[in-house]
Amino acid sequence: MNAHGKKIFESFDDAVRDVEDGATIGFGGFAVVGMPINLYAALSRQGAKNLTCVSNTTRGGFTLPEGAPDMGWLISGGQVKKVIVSFTAPTRASQKLVFTEYYEKGLIEAELLPQGTLAERLRAAGCGIPAFYTPAAVGTELAEGRETRVFNGREYLLETALPLDYAFIRAYQADEFGNLRFRLSQRNFNPLMAMAARVTIVEVEEELLPVGAIPADEVHTPGIFVQRLVKIPPPPAGWWPQHPGSIAR
Amino acid sequence: MSERGKGLSRQEMCDRLAMEFEDGWIVNLGIGIPTLCSNFDFGENEITFHAENGVIGYGPLTAAGEEDLHLVNAGGQHVTLTKRAAIVDHADSFGIIRAGRIDVTVLGAYEVAENGDFANWKMAGQKGGGIGGAMDLASCAKHVFIAMEHQTRSGRPRLVERCAIPVTARGVVDLVVTDLGLFAITPQGMMLKEIAPGVGVEEVTAKTGCRLLIPREVPPVKRVG
Repeated sequence: MNAHGKKIFESFDDAVRDVEDGATIGFGGFAVVGMPINLYAALSRQGAKNLTCVSNTTRGGFTLPEGAPDMGWLISGGQVKKVIVSFTAPTRASQKLVFTEYYEKGLIEAELLPQGTLAERLRAAGCGIPAFYTPAAVGTELAEGRETRVFNGREYLLETALPLDYAFIRAYQADEFGNLRFRLSQRNFNPLMAMAARVTIVEVEEELLPVGAIPADEVHTPGIFVQRLVKIPPPPAGWWPQHPGSIAR
Repeated sequence: MSERGKGLSRQEMCDRLAMEFEDGWIVNLGIGIPTLCSNFDFGENEITFHAENGVIGYGPLTAAGEEDLHLVNAGGQHVTLTKRAAIVDHADSFGIIRAGRIDVTVLGAYEVAENGDFANWKMAGQKGGGIGGAMDLASCAKHVFIAMEHQTRSGRPRLVERCAIPVTARGVVDLVVTDLGLFAITPQGMMLKEIAPGVGVEEVTAKTGCRLLIPREVPPVKRVG
């Protein structure tokens, strides 16, 4: 088997088997779209502990099926030391998040940051940039006691790169080399996390394609950033977002 | 008009802000009340809506049953695309924001101060919060408009001298619409620009937590058409 043939894993459990305690893992997705639901489930079964989990939020949106895994599973399983997110609050007042319960009891740490800063810290890590300045959060409690600098008369806050040990992402199509295509708003954080990570694991929606099947101009994330691919089986074996029409709200 | 027969409904509040959007503007709407701005009829004006999750040029909400599970706006709502739509990743989406290409962002808020500070990510005493894209947008958009109810549910003013809760950004707000009227942040302070139907100046003053600059004649809130 040549190098790229080794990227294809038969199961999510195989793909996450070696994730070690203390790892920093980025989970892509925005409101369920592009969210690696199956990899959350596999990591929950795998049981690695003291994890730092990086994502936009700790929970997906309303199209996440009832009982589907999310970061809450890892938190309630005692696997998470810290989350780095832009949003910890529930999006509806009635929603009770696993995160909130554990955070209020002091059982996990949280670093809350502007969404653009989260994205750029990941991008910087993937691009070999150790730090950068941003105007976001200047003058807020997030900037208290931190380094700022004035450029052209405006104050900016220093932020550092956020490298990942693992990126868990979801893509629409992949070829066997790991070239990825996302569909519509599925792209979100996923390409940034792939570039920021030492090991990128992708759950893929469509059948894996032969190398060359995705035209070079249409590759969103080159296969050089992808180490492991797993095709998502149809339900109930695989987790898929739920169609809004089928949800009682 | 609201059910009580006075004041502005949420749609009327957003219609008033949407009237300020100019032809060719790139507009970012926050979740909650501000999303209603996209229901406004912009006529010949070309308005491009930008969603923080990388959707540029989205259109109205999708009809029930026709949702595309790969396409949502910043609020996780399923939307359509206009013909000029394009998709980017999160780094590019926030690059657009930080580089100052968003002409206006309309956001919700808990409090707006007379100096243009506002707070919308964390309530008093709350552990954690919801920043999302609000700090990037508020710091970098050319204009920041706020749409919110005039008072809290317990009857406290949301227009205040200084924010009592942690701010999202300082000195950035231009224009605020509430159910009682339209307010502009000026170098001299907060000005009542237009007043909602059935509402008196005394009522607005009584329900506001900061000094208001009040012109001799306060016109009614401009209506559609």
